[in-house]
Amino acid sequence: MFEPKILGFCCNWCAYAGADLAGINRNQYPPNIRMIRVMCSGTIDPLYIVKAFKGGADGVFIGGCHPGDCHYQSGNYKTQRRIVLLKRAISEIGLDPRRIRLEWVSAAEGQRFARVITEFTEEIRKLGPNPLKLSGVENGI
Amino acid sequence: MESKKITEKRKLKLAIGLGSTCSGCDIAILDLGVKLLELIDLADIVYWPTAFDFKHSDLKELGDKEIDITLYHGTIRTTEHEEIAHILRKKSKVLIAFGSCSCFGGIPGLCNLTDKQQIFNTVYGENLSVANKENIFPEEKLLINKNKYITLPHLFDTGKTLKQLVEVDYFIPGCPPPMPLIEGIIPLMKDVLGDAQLPEKGTVFGSAKTLCDECPLKRENKIISKIVSPTITANIDPDRCLLEQGILCMGPVTRGGCGAKCINVLMPCRGCMGPSLETEDQGVKMISAIASILGAENEENLTDRQIEDMQSGIKDIIGTFYRFTLPDALLNKKVKERR
Repeated sequence: MFEPKILGFCCNWCAYAGADLAGINRNQYPPNIRMIRVMCSGTIDPLYIVKAFKGGADGVFIGGCHPGDCHYQSGNYKTQRRIVLLKRAISEIGLDPRRIRLEWVSAAEGQRFARVITEFTEEIRKLGPNPLKLSGVENGI
Repeated sequence: MESKKITEKRKLKLAIGLGSTCSGCDIAILDLGVKLLELIDLADIVYWPTAFDFKHSDLKELGDKEIDITLYHGTIRTTEHEEIAHILRKKSKVLIAFGSCSCFGGIPGLCNLTDKQQIFNTVYGENLSVANKENIFPEEKLLINKNKYITLPHLFDTGKTLKQLVEVDYFIPGCPPPMPLIEGIIPLMKDVLGDAQLPEKGTVFGSAKTLCDECPLKRENKIISKIVSPTITANIDPDRCLLEQGILCMGPVTRGGCGAKCINVLMPCRGCMGPSLETEDQGVKMISAIASILGAENEENLTDRQIEDMQSGIKDIIGTFYRFTLPDALLNKKVKERR
């Protein structure tokens, strides 16, 4: 069976702490996600996400604080607007926008984190491998 | 005696090759005006198909590294362009990618959003002005005699930059390159002639900073509430930043050095100078920049739907943000999901 590779960016204050809690609570979720801790979801440049796809990731998960809870006040709002625009851009190039998922996960939502990751992994499994991996996109040929 | 001395002076050999191009770059070279005389005084032109009657054979007769400086303009779209690029690289000491097309792919590079078959279908079939009942499509090979074929170059599915094909020494971006940068070739030629120290390989002519650095307009706010079309020129404030007035301007991510010519006539920057030194990918950076400032005054209360509505003023994201740099971008070609 196709095992998707998912890259996750989680903010230090909410989503990453939520993932920690999922671990402490022994909430089960698929091991397909590789997580990177960032200080704020607002630091995630769309370039990171594009590079992840270019590098062969099948899906990219971004976890941030709930609206109003951002440790830096407005980082998550900026991420939200960037992701909406980036999703449109990647669908113009032919990638399915569902390969990017932005979710708000608080530090207290370990169970929710596990559920979201399970759902996202299954969705990517249905979508299949990243088409960039199959075509010779490297040199524009 | 004196005049003989001048003719005996060593002259450079200059070649100007072309790929898929509108020839605007050729016109830009001719626009050198009086300086053109200085250029002709320094160099003999050994290959320039647009201006003189040169054939491929003239180029093939030259020895390896015999040409001192070559300017190549145009995207690489066909096997012929590819062949010329390879020959020119082999026969030149200094190869310069001249103009946005050979530097980053340029406007013809937007062909990466489609493929050869779709282009043919549109041009020779679906266009309303086309009457092609017999379904005649161009062929690359035509039998004219028993065993004799005439052939046309093969058209690739995608456009390529010169850098993706051969090693390039210098880049002169712009569509067409602005005059101060073209004039910069003359001191470079003198350096080559005098065996002086040349700029580092891979140098991009132009400013290291973004266009905003040299833009004469004033920027006061950091946020905008909507995108407006640049064709509505009636209400533009001529002293304020165009982006701030809601007109999509590529200034924040584009290399400076063009003297903000478009901005001076109140047209927004289209990004022809390519990404600035610090920018890795022009389009993605612009997505980040626009999304950060658009709708920031009311950001707490926006749903995804409202954000989409607000951003709907940006009609064609790839075509706008990658107008000149698609083949050079990270995601440079249309892909297909399996289902």
